[in-house]
Amino acid sequence: MPGPMIELKNISRSFHVKRNTYIQAVDNVSLSINEGEIVCLVGESGCGKTTTGRMIVGLLNPTKGQILYRGRDILHLDKAEQKEYRLGVQLVHQDPYASLNPSFTIFDTMAAPLKRHGHTHNDAETRQRVIELLEMVDLTPAADFLDKYPHQLSGGQRQRVSVARALTVNPSFIVADEAVSMVDVSIRISLLNTLLRLKEKMGLAVLFITHDLALAKYFAWEGRIGVMYLGRMIEVAPARQLVEKPQHPYTQALLSAIPEADPDVTRHKRHIQLRSMDLPSLLNLPKGCTFHPRCPLWEVGLCDTVEPELTHFKDGSAVACHVISRQREGERQ
Amino acid sequence: MDNTAVQTNPTTPAAPVLTIDGLTIAYQAKRGWVQAVRDVSIDIRRGEALALIGESGSGKTTLGLGIVRLLPTNAQTRQGKVIYQPAEQSKNATVDVLGLNARGLRQFRWKECAMVFQAALNAFNPVLRISEQFADTARAHGYLQGKALEERAKQLFKLVRLEPERVWNAYPHELSGGMRQRVLIALALLLEPQLLILDEPTTALDILTQRNIMDVLKELRTKLDFAMAFISHDLSLAAELADRVATMYAGKVVELADVYTTFKNPRHPYTIGLIKAVPTLTTHKDHVSSIPGSPPDLINMPTGCKFHPRCPLADERCKRDEPPLEPTTGTDHMVACWYWKTAHETLAAK
Repeated sequence: MPGPMIELKNISRSFHVKRNTYIQAVDNVSLSINEGEIVCLVGESGCGKTTTGRMIVGLLNPTKGQILYRGRDILHLDKAEQKEYRLGVQLVHQDPYASLNPSFTIFDTMAAPLKRHGHTHNDAETRQRVIELLEMVDLTPAADFLDKYPHQLSGGQRQRVSVARALTVNPSFIVADEAVSMVDVSIRISLLNTLLRLKEKMGLAVLFITHDLALAKYFAWEGRIGVMYLGRMIEVAPARQLVEKPQHPYTQALLSAIPEADPDVTRHKRHIQLRSMDLPSLLNLPKGCTFHPRCPLWEVGLCDTVEPELTHFKDGSAVACHVISRQREGERQ
Repeated sequence: MDNTAVQTNPTTPAAPVLTIDGLTIAYQAKRGWVQAVRDVSIDIRRGEALALIGESGSGKTTLGLGIVRLLPTNAQTRQGKVIYQPAEQSKNATVDVLGLNARGLRQFRWKECAMVFQAALNAFNPVLRISEQFADTARAHGYLQGKALEERAKQLFKLVRLEPERVWNAYPHELSGGMRQRVLIALALLLEPQLLILDEPTTALDILTQRNIMDVLKELRTKLDFAMAFISHDLSLAAELADRVATMYAGKVVELADVYTTFKNPRHPYTIGLIKAVPTLTTHKDHVSSIPGSPPDLINMPTGCKFHPRCPLADERCKRDEPPLEPTTGTDHMVACWYWKTAHETLAAK
């Protein structure tokens, strides 16, 4: 049993917006990701999924809590450990049009980290390695891509270059933030399949951040999905289980609202009606469970006063809801 | 809540409200002409919901903009006709949209055919209250003013599930994305148009807001009488809302059928591939597969059928000749593929 590669321990992050005003983008999130595991983080805009991803790769520091990389706090690493963490955890950005340097050829983009970190020692070796990496992400024939500039490639091809660049330093963990949302529908799956194949081959762990639950289920088929709402983790479960048997009323509402690409199914789907359509402002979050003003199950005096903790159950799921926790009292872990 | 969408009777198609005939639109770019819409002929029928689906660069938005003549200046409408048929009770003659002068065009837009744009924030003037934007539109078209306008607007707000009092005096920035989208739909319906064109009506909105917009659109169609053409890359939106679906690829309509046929019995290899390429909540992982290759370069297009470089069925004929959009088993199901009869079976066997 491989141990956790990344462990988030009650991390929070707030942002200063104006004098004396802070927004709580991420609030008390705990999650651990094992070596070689796939976890998808889903939620609507503003739920804190991207902020969480950026904290994991070290682009933002948490205001509270700890992030452990292979058991060590990433804020207190010595120089060698720091380097190992920085190389071990790589980010693939959402926008392939903005994440590649437009004045670098694909070869330049790929060669820089290889040379900088001493993975290759001469030009021939570098060229060989770049070709290998491009082939790994299915950019073939790789030699044709070496001297191209990003603007000569399609969105899907650019995103493949971004993935190949992340792989130059032999990472063990990749955070992919909405990595396929800007890629054409017909080629999204092939890009995800490339990522899945690389994950198998190189034993990578992947945190995939997306707003698309169907895509999350496809990608994390053997892994887990975490659902965030207004900065909090409200449900974590094995992917298929989460989609087929959602527990938290918010997850249920989300899944019931998604249209299906089948007219018979989608037109007869039952939708869960929320009590309010409006997403509360992050500047003025509701007390207790932040979902209570919209929740169909809420109970006065409980949900609007006490913040629910993420409760773990025997079937591998974890839910932050007072009502559900009570209903499943006997199944607690 | 009632979930069944309005269905038109498939045996007797309604008369068209808009007829697009051989429309061809190209954009001038540095490298050459971008052939965005190529010889598209399609009817939008009275009261129906037609979905235009396709990937980015398939020409769906250009087609939508071409209908209301809102194309950017580097676009050229090279060929074709767009004929609008006013409501039966009105005595007006048919309108040749591409031949309208500036004044006629101003009357046509909004009053006969309204458009709801994708970016709902950019569609409003940020320094005017919603009430002022409604008054502007009404004034330009000689429509109701003052109290009467306010009442009509508030009635529309209720239809799109907005709080009339709050919205009427609000500035655009005070409303959420979903609310702005609904105000925009209400504004588009102000002059009771016969045809509403929506460009990606739910893109960039959160899931629960998307659901709300879809429900609003469904409800509006049961209460008001208008035809709707919506442009989307989201297949599930088409499955949810459309009566008929037109699949576009490389500037052409490659398949046109009622929504059930499109999803249950598609005939064009691209439509078949696209449906398989989109995972849904219920599909098994193994039933999802990608379309090989990437969308074509619209300046330097492949010869013959534009899908042939990505199509598993392509042969010499496909490389040489582009198949026309032709009726299949029923007249209401059109496909542009030489091998539509066997496409389904051959692809299933692979």
